[in-house]
Amino acid sequence: MSVAVRLHNVHKTYPGTPSVVALDGISLEVPAGTIYGLLGPNGAGKTTSIGICTTRVRATSGTAEVAGLTLGRDDVDVRRRIGVAAQAITLDRACTVGENLYYHCRYFGANRADARERTEELLERFRIADRRDALPIQLSGGLAQRTQVARAMAHRPEILFLDEPTAGLDPQSRLALWDLVRGLRDDGITVVLTTHYMEEADRLCERVAIVDHGKILVEGTPESIKRDAGGASVVDVAFGGDASAAQAAVTAMPGVREVVPTAGGLRLVVDSEGSVVPSVVAALSGYQLTDLKVTEPSLETVFIRLTGRDIRE
Amino acid sequence: MNNPPTSIRASVFGLWARDFRVLRREWLPFFLRTVMNPLLTVFVFTYVLPRSGQHLPVAAGAMTFATVLLPGLVAVAMVFTGVSAVALPLSIELGATREIEDRVLAPVPLTTVPLAKVAFGAFQGMLAGAAVFPIVMLLPATEVHVRVASWPMLALMLALASWTAASLGLFLGTAVRPAQIGLMFALVLTPITFLGCVYYPWASLGAIPWLQYGVLANPLVYMSEGLRIALTPDVPHMVPIAAILMLAFLATLLTTLGVRGFIRRVVA
Repeated sequence: MSVAVRLHNVHKTYPGTPSVVALDGISLEVPAGTIYGLLGPNGAGKTTSIGICTTRVRATSGTAEVAGLTLGRDDVDVRRRIGVAAQAITLDRACTVGENLYYHCRYFGANRADARERTEELLERFRIADRRDALPIQLSGGLAQRTQVARAMAHRPEILFLDEPTAGLDPQSRLALWDLVRGLRDDGITVVLTTHYMEEADRLCERVAIVDHGKILVEGTPESIKRDAGGASVVDVAFGGDASAAQAAVTAMPGVREVVPTAGGLRLVVDSEGSVVPSVVAALSGYQLTDLKVTEPSLETVFIRLTGRDIRE
Repeated sequence: MNNPPTSIRASVFGLWARDFRVLRREWLPFFLRTVMNPLLTVFVFTYVLPRSGQHLPVAAGAMTFATVLLPGLVAVAMVFTGVSAVALPLSIELGATREIEDRVLAPVPLTTVPLAKVAFGAFQGMLAGAAVFPIVMLLPATEVHVRVASWPMLALMLALASWTAASLGLFLGTAVRPAQIGLMFALVLTPITFLGCVYYPWASLGAIPWLQYGVLANPLVYMSEGLRIALTPDVPHMVPIAAILMLAFLATLLTTLGVRGFIRRVVA
């Protein structure tokens, strides 16, 4: 299978006082024709990675290739082959929805007739035809994001980059966007997206890289990542009793892999098979247990295991 | 794949088509903001004051004040257009909304977008000059002595002046954050207008030597003087070659700084 995007040991430091290390040696390969997710908390380096792939951020060191072209050398040709929808709504506010699509086609060299035809096609396909004369500020978040994706696709790119495409969208708009992304993949487009929604990475993406502090912690299909993490659940408990005694009581229990103190309680990483949770409850019964939350094996528990933090912390 | 120069040209026409669409939609505000300043200046200085018996002393050899004002006000209209049609939108598009992004992602070198902006801004500057000309020509109560000695000279001066104005707009648009726009009017536009040889020919500053040399850093001085050479050659003016060379130099400098500033703002 051919590779759509290849990053090799990419570093990016933003100058300033203090300088900020955004990427600390990222290497990854995105197979062509897949939906690939960069998953991580805000500030992990996802947007910087996308910025480098889309010619808007220059890597401090390392190499980046998109569609077999080298970033920093073939930027103009790279721009021809990629579509980009940024996290913020960057629609041209002085132009209508239809004009945003039409002029995008013109920027990519289409003549008037072709640009008009393509605009009609996109307005229909992305179901925004009834809003063609609306200005971007009159659109809801979901429609604006859909318009942005339509615009990013207008010049028929091979690779589509979506930066946090569903951030701030209501659940319905989010599902609609997922369908849209799957449809594009079915047409043979490679889609690279960033998200901080575990569920989005799990359900939408065929491959995922979990990113934190400018590094890739783990990479693979969501299934393989969860499997390699060994089917661990995370149990958060809150109680009023003596924390260190409680920690000692559960640490040696069979099925408990890790115990970390949290504010007001403990976080346990436990085997998801078997009956570990009831035993934990029993062991903590003398410690005024007030709350218990079990997170089933998911990308979220993988992230917690790898970093000791929730993704939204 | 398209051959690169052809595809750059197509993209540039696309960028201009977009700007032209926006200009057509906004033609009334464009026209009003362009003509208000010259309309009131001409009304007060060449109609109200002479009619009420308060004659302004006019520089030696300058004939009427209205004749002095004509090239100056055309130049001011160009500078204001460079700011309002290039700098203000660009400052916003480069700022929080990042609207420029879609154009930056067009398959052209990064220099293309700002250069296309300057070219379109220069075109708008010409339109602004054309809108102002009949006002400053026909409205004054006193006579206006316009004499185009050389049409190629006029074409050259108009081209250089509008390029300078648009490149000033590009430079300011990339250097000024949206929150500082008010400050830019106070600290940049007001001084360059009042010290831009708009209301007096440069030669008349001979009485104040420090000022006569000080204003030479102001691009508007050469725009006003250049248009004076082309439109009202009977008013004292700079030697043509000085105005031409300085306009070409300043426009090149401002374009270079503006393009650099633009790239710095769009690529991290």
